[in-house]
Amino acid sequence: MSTSRIPEILRKHEAALLDDWTREQNQLGDISHRLSEADLRAQSRRFLQLLQEAATRGDAADTDTEAFREVRRFLEEVSASRAALGFSPSETATFVFSFKQPLFNQIRASLPSAEDQLAEIWTATLLLDKLGLYTMETYQKTRESIIARQQEEMLELSTPVVKLWDGVLALPIIGTLDSSRTQTIMENLLEKIVETGSELAIIDITGVPTVDTLTAQHLLKTVTAARLMGAECIISGIRPQIAQTIVHLGVELGDIITKASLADAFRIAMQRTGHVVVRKAATSRL
Amino acid sequence: MEHIPILRMGSFLLITVQVDMHDRLALQLQDDLTERIVQHGSHGVLIDISALEVVDSFIGRMLGNIASMSRVLDAQTVVVGMRPAVAITLVELGMSLPGIRTALTVERGMEILRGDVENSMQELEAEEPERAADGSSEV
Repeated sequence: MSTSRIPEILRKHEAALLDDWTREQNQLGDISHRLSEADLRAQSRRFLQLLQEAATRGDAADTDTEAFREVRRFLEEVSASRAALGFSPSETATFVFSFKQPLFNQIRASLPSAEDQLAEIWTATLLLDKLGLYTMETYQKTRESIIARQQEEMLELSTPVVKLWDGVLALPIIGTLDSSRTQTIMENLLEKIVETGSELAIIDITGVPTVDTLTAQHLLKTVTAARLMGAECIISGIRPQIAQTIVHLGVELGDIITKASLADAFRIAMQRTGHVVVRKAATSRL
Repeated sequence: MEHIPILRMGSFLLITVQVDMHDRLALQLQDDLTERIVQHGSHGVLIDISALEVVDSFIGRMLGNIASMSRVLDAQTVVVGMRPAVAITLVELGMSLPGIRTALTVERGMEILRGDVENSMQELEAEEPERAADGSSEV
C-alpha cells in the first residue's frame, strides 16, 4: 500500500479538507457549548498535519507502527480531554469518523479512475476506522480512571473520625463495608486514637445497610486492633434487622460493648470517662 | 551481647523497646525480665513499644509469653504505645493477645498498674491484715 495516494491528497488539499471537515463536525451535532469553534478547528488542523506526516512516512493501513506514534498520542489527548469535558462516546468517536466524508470527496475529485478511487477509499476507511477505534479505547480508559478516582475520593469522604468529647471519638460508618474500605476506616481510626490520645471510640453502624460475616469480621478486627493499642470500642447503631442477622450468622461479638443507639453509647462513654451530665432545670429545682 | 534495658521504678519495672526486636533479643528480654521480677519482687511490668515499627508472629507470641510469665510471678503486665500499623499486623496475624492489658501512653499504663496494685493490696488487707502491712512498706 506504499503506493497509496492518500498522503499526497492530504498534503495538496489540506485547507479544503480542513474546511469541509470542520463544517461536517458542526453539522453532526452542536458541541459548541463544550468546545469552541476555534479550539475544534485547531484540533482538526493538528490532526490533519500529524496524519499527513504519519501517512507519508509509514504505511497508511497500519496504525500500530512507529510512524503513527504522534497521531496516536494526539488522539489520546483529544479523547482524554473530551472524556473530561463530558462528551458522549459517540461524540468523541465522531471526531475521527466525520473526517471520512471530506476525505472521500477529495479522493473522488482527485483520482480519475473508479478502480483507484475504490482502492484509496478502502485504505482510507481502514485507516480512519482504526484511529477511531483507538480513540474510543482511550476514551474508555480515561472514563475508567475517572471512575476509579471518584471511588477513591468517596472512600476518603465517607470515613470521618469525629471527636465527641475529650478522649471520646466517634466513627459514623455510612455505606457497605468491604475489605479495602474497612482497611481505610481501621487505619483512620487508629491514627486518630494515637493523635488525640482517646481511650474510647464509638463505631456507629447506623448507616451500614447490611452486615454479613465478612463485615462483622472486619468490625471485630478493628475493635481488637484498637484494644491492642489501649483503646476501648463501643459499637452502636445496630438496627433490629442487623441484630437478627448477627445472631443468625453465629457471629461472636465477644465482650465488645454494643448499644442500639449512638446516644446510649455516648452515655456509657461519659460514664467511663467519669463525666456526669446534669440538666440545669433539674438543679434549679433542688 | 545486646540487652533491652529494664528500669526499676518502685515496685514496677519499665521496659522501653527502642530497637527492632529480633528473635534473640526477645528471648534475652524474657530471661532478664523474669530474673528481675524475682530479684526485686516487682508487682507490675510496663512495656513501651511505641518505637517498635515491625512485628512478626514470633514477637507477638513473645509479648504474650512475657505477660503470662509475669502473671505467674505475680506481676501485672501493661503494653503501651502500640502503633496502629503494629496493631493491624497483629490482628491480621490472628494474635489478639487476650491476656495483655494495653494503654495508649506510659502515663496511662502507670495509672493502670497503680490501680491494680492498690486493688490487690486492699484485697490482701481484707484477708490478712499483717501481710498487707508488709506489702505497703515495700511500696
